[in-house]
Amino acid sequence: MLKFKGTRFLAVDDLDIASGDEMKGRSLWVDARIRYAKNKMAVICLFLLGLICLFSIFGNVFAAYTIEEIDWSVLGMTYEKGYPSFATGHYFGTDEMGRDLYARVVQGSRISLAVGFIGAFISTFVGTIYGAISGYVGGRLDGVMMRIVDILITIPFMFVLILLLVVFGRSILMIFVGIALFSWLGMARVARGQTMTLKNKEYIEAARAMGVSQLKIIIRHIVPNLLGIVIVYGSLMIPGFIIAESFISFLGLGVQEPNTSWGALISEGAGTMTYGTIWQLAFPLFFFTVTMFCFYFIGDGLRDAFDPKDR
Amino acid sequence: MLNLIVRRVGIAIPTLLTILVISFLLMHAAPGGPFTSEKPLPPQVLANIEAKYGLDQPIYKQMINYTFGILTEFDFGPSFKYKDRTVNEIIAQGFPVTITYGFWSFIIAVAVGIPLGLFAALRQNTKTDYFAVSFSITASVLPNFVMAPLLILVFTLWLGLLPGGGWNDGSWQNLVLPVIALSTSYTAELTRLSRASLLEVLRSNYIRTARAKGLPERIVVLRHALKPAMLPVITYLGPMFVGLITGSFIIDSIFSTGGMGYFFINSALNRDYSVMLGITLLFGGLVVLFNLFVDLAYGWLDPQIRY
Repeated sequence: MLKFKGTRFLAVDDLDIASGDEMKGRSLWVDARIRYAKNKMAVICLFLLGLICLFSIFGNVFAAYTIEEIDWSVLGMTYEKGYPSFATGHYFGTDEMGRDLYARVVQGSRISLAVGFIGAFISTFVGTIYGAISGYVGGRLDGVMMRIVDILITIPFMFVLILLLVVFGRSILMIFVGIALFSWLGMARVARGQTMTLKNKEYIEAARAMGVSQLKIIIRHIVPNLLGIVIVYGSLMIPGFIIAESFISFLGLGVQEPNTSWGALISEGAGTMTYGTIWQLAFPLFFFTVTMFCFYFIGDGLRDAFDPKDR
Repeated sequence: MLNLIVRRVGIAIPTLLTILVISFLLMHAAPGGPFTSEKPLPPQVLANIEAKYGLDQPIYKQMINYTFGILTEFDFGPSFKYKDRTVNEIIAQGFPVTITYGFWSFIIAVAVGIPLGLFAALRQNTKTDYFAVSFSITASVLPNFVMAPLLILVFTLWLGLLPGGGWNDGSWQNLVLPVIALSTSYTAELTRLSRASLLEVLRSNYIRTARAKGLPERIVVLRHALKPAMLPVITYLGPMFVGLITGSFIIDSIFSTGGMGYFFINSALNRDYSVMLGITLLFGGLVVLFNLFVDLAYGWLDPQIRY
C-alpha cells in the first residue's frame, strides 16, 4: 500500500516544519491499517478469505481428478459410492455425473471470486473517474452526466444482463460485460459526492492557482483522495457481483459446462438433494456463505478504517 | 411537491424509453432470427412468416408499432415460439402468481424487518439488539437461491411439514416456503438499515433538545426520531422491489410455482424474444412506477428535498 506515496494525507498541521522536528507524518494508509487491525473479526475474515482465495488458485494441485473426468465406478451409484472420502480421492464426493466435486468446487470458487474482484475493479475504475470528472467540472456537464446515471440506475439490470446473455450467447465473458455495464453507476454517485467536498479544499485551490490542468488535478489530486471511500464502497460491492453471477448461473444462464461456479454448483446440489446426496449442496453452499460472511466483515472493517466517523 | 412530481416523471419516461430501445435493439441484434431452425425454411415461407409478424418492416417502424400496441391496447404481441399463445395470455397466467408471493414477501420484509431494527436501536446493546444484529448478518449472506434449497431440505425432505413446490392455487402451505426464501435477505437488510438509521438520528442534536426539554422518551421517538429515521429505509424499498421481482426467477425455478419468472427463464432458454421483451417491459414499467412512488414518498417525508 505504501506505493501510493504521492497520495499521502500528510498531517500538515502536525508537522512543525519551521522547528525541524523529525515528526513522522502517519499516512492515511498506516492509520487505516492500524484501525483495521483493531477489528478482530475483520482480521479473521481477511485471513479466511485469503485461505479461500489460495484454495481457488492452488486447490487443484491436490485434486485427484479433473473437472471433466467421469469416475465410471461411481456413475449411477452416487449415493452409495460417491460420498466424500479420502480413500477414493473424492474429498468432497462426486456430483451426479460421477465427476469429482472437489475439483469442481475449486474451479467454481475461481470463477465466482474472479467475477467479484474483476467486477469490483472495473466498476471502481470507471465509476471513480466518471464521478470525479462529473463532480469536479460541475455545471451543465455534471447535470447531463448525472441524469444519465439517474436513468441507467433505475433500469432493472438483471433483465438486461439476461437479455445480453441470450442474445450474445451464454458465457462468463458476457457476464463480465453485463456487470461492467451497470455496476459503476453507484460508484460514480459516491465518487461525485466526495469530489464535491474535495474540490474546495485548499490543496486543490493551490494546484489550480499554480496552473495545473483540470485533467491533471482530477487524476493527481482528486482521484487519489477518493481512494479511501472508493475502496470501502468497492469492497461492499464484491458480494453483490458474486451473488449476481451465482444467481444467473443458478438459473442455467451463466457459466457453461464443463466450467462451473458456486451458483451452478448450488443449483446442481439443490436438484439432487432429494436423492440424499447432501454433500453436493453442502460444499458449494459452505464456500459461498463463508465467503459472503467474510466480505461482510471485511467491508465493515474497511469502513471503520477509512471512514472513522464515530458510528 | 408538483415540481418534484414533474421532475421525477421527467426521469421515469426516458428510463422507460431506454429500457424499450435497449431491449428492442438487443433482440434484433441477436444472431439468427426467432424462426431460424436446424432445418432452414424455404425463403418464401420465411418471408411470409416474417410478414405476418411484421418483421419485414424497418426496425424503427416495428418499435413504434409495438409501443403503440402496448400503450393503446395493452397488447404485447404473440409468442414467437408457441404459435397458439400471446404474451398477454402468459402474463395473465403468471402475473397473479408472482404478485401473490411477491406481495407477501414485501409485507413480511417490511413488517418484520423495520420493527425489529427499530426495537434493536431503542434497546442498543441488549439481548434484543444482539439478536437483531446477528439475524441481519446471518440472513444477509443467505440470498434467495441459497435459502430456497435449504428450506426445502429442512421443511420438506427432513421434517415433511410443507410442500417443496407447486402452486395449488396459492394455498398457504405452498406460499410459506417461497415467501420466506424470497423475503429473508430483504428483511435482514431492512433490519440493518432501520437500526443504523434510528441510532444515528437518536444521537442528533434536536433529539437531545427534545429530551432536554423533558419530553417523555416515547414522544421523543415517535414524534421526532421516527420520521427522519425512515428516510434511508424508504430509499431501500425501490431496490428491494427490483430484488423481489428478479428473485421470482429463482422462486419459480426451484418451487415450480409457475409465475412470471418461469416464463421469463423459459423464454430466455428458448430464445422466445417476444415473451422476453414483453416481460422485461412489463416489469421495467412496474419498477419505474414503483421508484416514482418511492421518490414521491421520500419528498413528502423529507421537507428538505426541494427541486
